[in-house]
Amino acid sequence: MNERIEVTSDRDVVRVRQLVRTLAVAVKLSLVDQTKLVTAASELARNTLVYGGGGSVEVSPAENGRRKGIRIVFADNGPGIADLDLAFTDGYTTGGGLGLGLSGARRLVDEFDIVTAVGEGTTITVTKWCR
Amino acid sequence: MDRVPVLKIGDILLVSIQIDMEDQVALQLQEDLADRIVATGCHGVIIDISALDIVDSFVGRTLATIAAVSRVLDAETVVVGMRPAVAITLVELGLQLPGIRTALNVELGMDLLARERGDDDGDDGDDVEGTDTPAVSTP
Repeated sequence: MNERIEVTSDRDVVRVRQLVRTLAVAVKLSLVDQTKLVTAASELARNTLVYGGGGSVEVSPAENGRRKGIRIVFADNGPGIADLDLAFTDGYTTGGGLGLGLSGARRLVDEFDIVTAVGEGTTITVTKWCR
Repeated sequence: MDRVPVLKIGDILLVSIQIDMEDQVALQLQEDLADRIVATGCHGVIIDISALDIVDSFVGRTLATIAAVSRVLDAETVVVGMRPAVAITLVELGLQLPGIRTALNVELGMDLLARERGDDDGDDGDDVEGTDTPAVSTP
C-alpha cells in the first residue's frame, strides 16, 4: 500500500502531511511520534518543492522483524546539494527560511538517508519506528 | 484559497486556526492581521493553535513574524493552546519562537494581555534613576 504524491504546489505539501498522518495512525505510532514524523515530512516536502523545484513523495509501511513503522521517500530532480555539511548546519539557508528544515527533520526521525548529486537531484529516505 | 478569520473582541484580535494551512494561507493571515491591527487600533493579538496537530518551521516563522510586526504596530501577540506533542516536536526541531508570548488557553492569554497593558500604564516596578515622583497612571 505505497502511496505516492507528486509535489508541485503548497497544496501538495498539505496533502503529504495528511497522508503521512493517516498512515502513521494506521501503524499505531504514538501521538508524539506521529507529530514528529508529520512535522519532518512537512519540512522535507517543502524542501522538495522549494529547493528541488518539485518532485515526488512516497509513503509506505515499513517492517523490521516485529517492529512496524513508516518509511517516506522524497525525490526531486533539482540542483542537488553541493555541501551537505553546510546544508545540515542549523540556521544555514539559501532560500530565506530558518535553515532548520533538513537538520531539524533529521532529529525528528529514527533513520535518515540522503543521496544527492549536483545537477541531478536529491533523494531523502526517512523512517520512523514504533516503540 | 482558504482564509483564516480575524475576530475583534474589545481591545483584542482573536484568531483561531482551524485548518491545515497552506503556506500562502499563513502569509495571508500575516497581512490580514497587520491590516486589522492598524484599522482597529487593537493592542493585543491572540492566536489559538489548539486545533493544529503540527507546527513546522514555516508556521513557526510566520507566528514569530506576526509577533514582531504586531509589536511594531503597538500590539502584543500571545500564542495559545499549543498541544503537548507539538511543543515537544518544536523543541526537538530546534525552532525558537523569538518574541512570542504563550499561554495555555485563550482565557489565560487574555489575562496576560490585560496584565501587560496594565503594567504599561502604571508603575511596572522598574528602577529608573532619579524618579522621586510616584508613578501616575496616564488618563
